[in-house]
Amino acid sequence: MSDRQADKSIARTLPARDPLLADAAHEWKSAYIHIPFCRRRCPYCDFAIVDESAVRSDHARYAEAVLAEIEMEEGIGRLDAVNVGGGTPSLIDPAHLADMLDALERRFAFAPDVERSLEINPEDWTVERADAWVAAGFDRISIGLQSLDDEVLGDLGRMHRASIIAEVVSEARAAGFRSINVDLIFGHPGEPAASWRSTVDRVMDLDVDHVSTYALTVEAGTELGRSVSDGAPAPDDDVQAERYEHFVAAASSRGIVAYEVSNHARDGHACRYNLSTWAHGEYLGFGLAAHDHRWGIRGRNHRRMDRYVEDIDAGRRPRLGTETLDRRDQERDRLMLGLRLAAGTPMTDTAEAFVRSEAGARFVDAGVIRIEGGRLVLSNPLVADAVAREALSVSASDC
Amino acid sequence: MDQSRIRNFSIIAHIDHGKSTLADRLLERTGAISERDMRSQLLDEMDLERERGITIKANAVRIDYDADSGETYELNIIDTPGHVDFSYEVSRSLAACEGALLLVDASQGIEAQTLANAYLAVESGLEIIPVINKIDLPAADPDRVAEEIAAVLGGSPDEAIRVSAKSGEGIDELLHAIVDRLPAPDGDPDGELRALVFDSYYDTYRGVVSLIRVVDGSITKGDAIRLMAHRHDLNADEIGVRRPAMEPTGGLEAGEVGYVITGVKDIDLIRVGDTVTWADVPSEDPLSGYAEPKPMVFSGLFPTDGDDFERLREALDKLRLNDSSLVYQAETSRALGFGFRAGFLGLLHMEIVRERLEREYDLDLVATAPSVQYIAHLTDGTDRNVQSPQDLPESGSLASIDEPYVKVMIITPSEYIGTVMELVQAKRGIMGEMTYLSPERVELHYEMPLAEIVFDFFDQLKSRTRGYASLDYEPSDYRPSDLVRVDILLNGQPVDAFSTIVHKDGAYSYGKAMVKKLRELIPRQLFDVPIQAAIGSRIISRETVKAKRKDVTAKCYGGDITRKRKLLERQKEGKKRMKMVGSVEVPQEAFVAALKINDE
Repeated sequence: MSDRQADKSIARTLPARDPLLADAAHEWKSAYIHIPFCRRRCPYCDFAIVDESAVRSDHARYAEAVLAEIEMEEGIGRLDAVNVGGGTPSLIDPAHLADMLDALERRFAFAPDVERSLEINPEDWTVERADAWVAAGFDRISIGLQSLDDEVLGDLGRMHRASIIAEVVSEARAAGFRSINVDLIFGHPGEPAASWRSTVDRVMDLDVDHVSTYALTVEAGTELGRSVSDGAPAPDDDVQAERYEHFVAAASSRGIVAYEVSNHARDGHACRYNLSTWAHGEYLGFGLAAHDHRWGIRGRNHRRMDRYVEDIDAGRRPRLGTETLDRRDQERDRLMLGLRLAAGTPMTDTAEAFVRSEAGARFVDAGVIRIEGGRLVLSNPLVADAVAREALSVSASDC
Repeated sequence: MDQSRIRNFSIIAHIDHGKSTLADRLLERTGAISERDMRSQLLDEMDLERERGITIKANAVRIDYDADSGETYELNIIDTPGHVDFSYEVSRSLAACEGALLLVDASQGIEAQTLANAYLAVESGLEIIPVINKIDLPAADPDRVAEEIAAVLGGSPDEAIRVSAKSGEGIDELLHAIVDRLPAPDGDPDGELRALVFDSYYDTYRGVVSLIRVVDGSITKGDAIRLMAHRHDLNADEIGVRRPAMEPTGGLEAGEVGYVITGVKDIDLIRVGDTVTWADVPSEDPLSGYAEPKPMVFSGLFPTDGDDFERLREALDKLRLNDSSLVYQAETSRALGFGFRAGFLGLLHMEIVRERLEREYDLDLVATAPSVQYIAHLTDGTDRNVQSPQDLPESGSLASIDEPYVKVMIITPSEYIGTVMELVQAKRGIMGEMTYLSPERVELHYEMPLAEIVFDFFDQLKSRTRGYASLDYEPSDYRPSDLVRVDILLNGQPVDAFSTIVHKDGAYSYGKAMVKKLRELIPRQLFDVPIQAAIGSRIISRETVKAKRKDVTAKCYGGDITRKRKLLERQKEGKKRMKMVGSVEVPQEAFVAALKINDE
């Protein structure tokens, strides 16, 4: 254990699915900053964002609030990963982002090999901005690509054209980003199988290190949710399963392997912030609706901008609520999350109790889960929730 | 009270014909309840009764009526259930009355169950006042309905009182008629006490409360009383009447109706139908009681969570305190574990018991498809009662099977005669008499296997006649039938709780339909689930529930693990109503799928 903790830089070299990497991630500390602004809300999105097609926002004021929040935070030790997400972080002045990274480093310090990741939308891409982001300290970029079919992009409410992506990726590499991710959304009812296959083929030809694949999910209260409840076709689980399996096969043949249900990377490029979340590590969260987890407490910030700013101005943490986890809660969260990792999760007492339970035994018999090298591993990531549901209820009563 | 100023009567009515509203209006008009305290359906106390608009339990309310003559009359309304399942409750109530109001909707006309109950009242020697309700509705045709009633019960169409229980129109005329036309009780006020127990219920705080009708003599608080059939002596701790709130009176005299509380907790000590007399000067001659209700329909009741078995037993024991018609014994199912085989008066009774168990005792139950009681004649010459399909002996030892038949009465608009006949024939019905009540409405009589009614007969009858037909039935006899058991296999394993006994001619189509229905009802699992129907070792039908390929959320809502966990827990909660059968999750409604296979 101690040598793993001592040498955190192993992440640079280890295979994406290595259990050592997953266990190291459990010890990592990370931070998330939420930049909530979007030009407009995508039809499937239920995140806490500010839709700028309706409201003009004062980015500078928000950036100041985030900096003030960072100053209020006691910290959890040196940070191994930072992720700036949204919303659309590429929408605001890169100088604000630079200030935020600086503030984090000043306040908490960064590990020598810290990962600093930034989410951007392709329509915001310019070489000048890219240089500014690199100069700010970002070494990983995550591009909201979603599809390489303009019709599907339109259905998803995205604003960019597929044709610009190849250039964005090569310019990102030239700008100096160490690691490049693209996000994909699959299984929109209007997306033909051929469109997905073509997107996957072309993504494989891009020079990317990491791909996140998200099955389009219908959330209540979204435009998509309303149209589905009004009778529009919903995404089909079987179709989504086929899409996913097609991607996994194509990507793994190109050396991009799934290390978590939705995340695939070349060796050495597993996202540290991501891994840390799924390995039940500790993280800080700053900004609107940001979440954090440290010292066995999960906290959440206000989802409303006025409340968030009001608390900051009054010198208070902008808390909406917290949830304290006892040891058993911690273990079952670790089990629930860890089942999503390709490396699986350590055989804790909770994992042991689950495997011994009636439901757990059924999954073992059906080959859905297995014990391998002292770890509990999910054989089919597509049924992770079915397993987690049972795992949660078993560990709640039997430990 | 002088018996000449007492009137005891029931209201016989079909569901929705306005009985509760009429009772409410009578209470209101006589000042028994102020308008301010008026809540509708005063007589229907159970939540279920209010929700479903039906009466399940008998009830009795006293009102004082100041007649124009200046005399005050004591009116006792003895409420009766309207549904066929509870006809034995009706006979209980009628035994406490001298008269009955036959309440009929002015646009609907008389319905089969109402007519059956009205015949019952006539046979019991009751005076009947026909009351035509809802005369203010646009579709009302009181003249036609009055003719119809006169045609079936005799008398003149003019005898019917026309009211609107809703607006109050005609209520005064009705009160006059009750006083003028219904006979007063004529027991012996100076004789030895004889009072009929026509209902008993268990009150958590007060123990058993019994509703009684004093026929002869009188009963006073503090009297030592004896239950004649049970030969058990008790003390009359409290005596009173319901108005509808309980009001102690100190005593009841001949002809009066009220309640008595004796402090006992065991409802079996004060059986409905027993006669109460004095312990020190007992009467020799008990009043005639009525036949014990016999269960007609049987179903398995199993807790979804096996740990709840004891709680289920306690709940059934408690329910029985108020429902002596409920019978049950422990049963073990390979698929469902430990539970009970319960006998019910009919389908509605079954549904109500199940709903009360779930609601009032917070139980999560699986009920199996209802079955009737068959008699299996074995090759060794012995007979066996079969209340559950899995109890049917193997074909090798089985000589023959008898099944229960019932006499069925259906009243339908004459335009639907064809479709009703078609339905009844498909259900193995044998046509009997047919009587025209009027040119538009006809009364049909059949003999039919009870098992066919127990399934979805009533729903089909309703849908084929656009809701206009009504049904009543009573048991007749047992007849030999060519029956087989259709078994259902999940994942290759027979599931005893799915077995059903059906007529040989319908077995193949039943098996096919059942398997198809189950494929719709059983959710996709993590592996393929084959569903098969079999007669003996012969598979007659097969379908497969294909494995679920995806059950995972895309991402983690920006680090909001709490939300993710809560979502999973909520989904898990939703699955609680599933029962594990082997390794297959089966929803509760699948166990009654047999009832729904004819749904379009």
